[in-house]
Amino acid sequence: MSAQIETFYELIRRQGITRRSFIKFCSLTAAGLGLGPAGAASVAQALETKPRVPIIWMHGLECTCCTESFIRSAHPLAKDVVLSMISLDYNDTIMAAAGHQAEAILQETRQMYKGRYILAVEGNPPLNEDGMYCIDGGRPFVERLTEMASDAMAVVAWGTCASWGCVQAAKPNPTHAVPIDKVIRNKPIVKVPGCPPIAEVMTGVITYVTMFGRLPDLDRQGRPKMFYSQRIHDKCYRRPHFDAGQFVEEWDDDGARKGFCLYKMGCKGPTTYNACSTTRWNGGVSFPIQSGHGCIGCSEDAFWDKGSFYDRLTGINAFGVERNADEIGLAAAGLVGAGIAVHAGITAVRQLTAKPRDIKATTSDPTNPNAG
Amino acid sequence: MAELTKLQGAIDSQGERAVSRQTVYVYETAVRLWHWINALAITVLGVTGYLIGSPLPSMPGEASAYYVMGYIRFAHFSAGYVLAIGFLFRLYWAFVGNRYSKQIFVPPVWSKLWRWGLVYELKWYLFLVKDPKKYIGHNPLGHAAMSSFVVVLIFMICTGFALYSQGTGNDSWQFALFGWVFSIWPNAQDVHTWHHLGMWSIVIFAIIHVYAAIREDILSRQSTISSIVSGERVFRDDFRH
Repeated sequence: MSAQIETFYELIRRQGITRRSFIKFCSLTAAGLGLGPAGAASVAQALETKPRVPIIWMHGLECTCCTESFIRSAHPLAKDVVLSMISLDYNDTIMAAAGHQAEAILQETRQMYKGRYILAVEGNPPLNEDGMYCIDGGRPFVERLTEMASDAMAVVAWGTCASWGCVQAAKPNPTHAVPIDKVIRNKPIVKVPGCPPIAEVMTGVITYVTMFGRLPDLDRQGRPKMFYSQRIHDKCYRRPHFDAGQFVEEWDDDGARKGFCLYKMGCKGPTTYNACSTTRWNGGVSFPIQSGHGCIGCSEDAFWDKGSFYDRLTGINAFGVERNADEIGLAAAGLVGAGIAVHAGITAVRQLTAKPRDIKATTSDPTNPNAG
Repeated sequence: MAELTKLQGAIDSQGERAVSRQTVYVYETAVRLWHWINALAITVLGVTGYLIGSPLPSMPGEASAYYVMGYIRFAHFSAGYVLAIGFLFRLYWAFVGNRYSKQIFVPPVWSKLWRWGLVYELKWYLFLVKDPKKYIGHNPLGHAAMSSFVVVLIFMICTGFALYSQGTGNDSWQFALFGWVFSIWPNAQDVHTWHHLGMWSIVIFAIIHVYAAIREDILSRQSTISSIVSGERVFRDDFRH
């Protein structure tokens, strides 16, 4: 491996891609990232001049759906381009190297590109039993992760595992799996949640970071604003049915056939930040709501622990009983109401049975010192 | 007869003179207005909020013909603004109003007399003491309940505006001011749940509030119901021991 990496432009020109195609790709990417009319030129300039950025892609506790999603990016050119734009030096799922050869790449990259490579993390580290629940290359994953992160330029948290914890961190979380920002504290982290994240979102984030050498604008929760600043609900094509008050009440009713809003069926679109309703999936073919199923909120924190995917109101596990807020509230209000009825009854009985008492009239006091 | 024409107090048809009562002006106009506007806003918020969580039966026909959820949400958001602006005004009034206008914001837990009163009133509600005490403002137990209500109100305003900011977007002033709520609960689903529980705690507060107000009016020999209409607290007779 040489320390002098060629630029992306040099690489694709060598592969026989025309400048015209290259400029087209730059425009497409700039539009996808929401960079505005001047964006295409800055994208082209970056790709022509900047050396490709080495990326180390590590896997912790995960299911590889992020990688699967990533390699299915819709635009075929975009996929090829992204894979050649970055120098994906290490990804244990799709790399050719194996064993010690693969392990050597990690150390080599870390030493040669100290502070210049990007660490992409799929999955998360379990902390219980000193991290023994995820052994990778003979060592706990958490050790390797923090080691590789210490010399990285920035860290990309792929998917809900790395961003929030996902299913392995769901209650009771026996392995104490934690999102990566709990163990990597001194590096900028961009969270790209979703189970998996949308392919175009992943390539978009990678493109931005490699082209401009910095993380995109992040929201309060560390997600790139360009893809996660609106809810599924805000851009849902079924939104007019929500506003009109037209809902699917049961899976096989008339409303379901007519494509009414899935709010009552527990759709988590109103609380889920992701780009599904705009970008959609599989080359813009569809997304869950378009297929007639509510959003399950897979890009949100602890979405496994928010009760049923098919309930509007979240179940609250209080006193070992699973009830939603309305059921708990109504029960509490009923109890208080009953208590007041009893209290009023006791008061009335005591008043009726009390012995009549003398009443001393108060005399008027026009100069009350306490009056405000 | 000539004497009677000069009489200021009330008499009955037989010429029996009524006794004058001690009356204190407690609740100023601004406080009373806030109370009733708040009550109305909370009623609208409670009903529409419930319907946002559990919507009405589905409307048939074309979507273009209806705006049911739209109107319900509009009513909820409008009432929310009324509540929030009213609360800011009430906070301001605590500074410029009379001494009783400050009460609900500052429970004097440091005062020994207040704590004694709190225990006494608790005993009164548990039927352990014979007579209630009279207070010009809130009695200590009611005072504590009111201050708790203020806390819930602040909680509802913060979570409410945070949820509202999801619609107005990351660049809105609502998100700038209340987006921190999502640092506590990253998943907005939790904020919905807590907002819901907050609503029910206000429902419970309202039930107790109305019951206690009516009961005190009868038993404590002081006015409460008419006081929040006229602002004046009338102290009736004392029991002789």
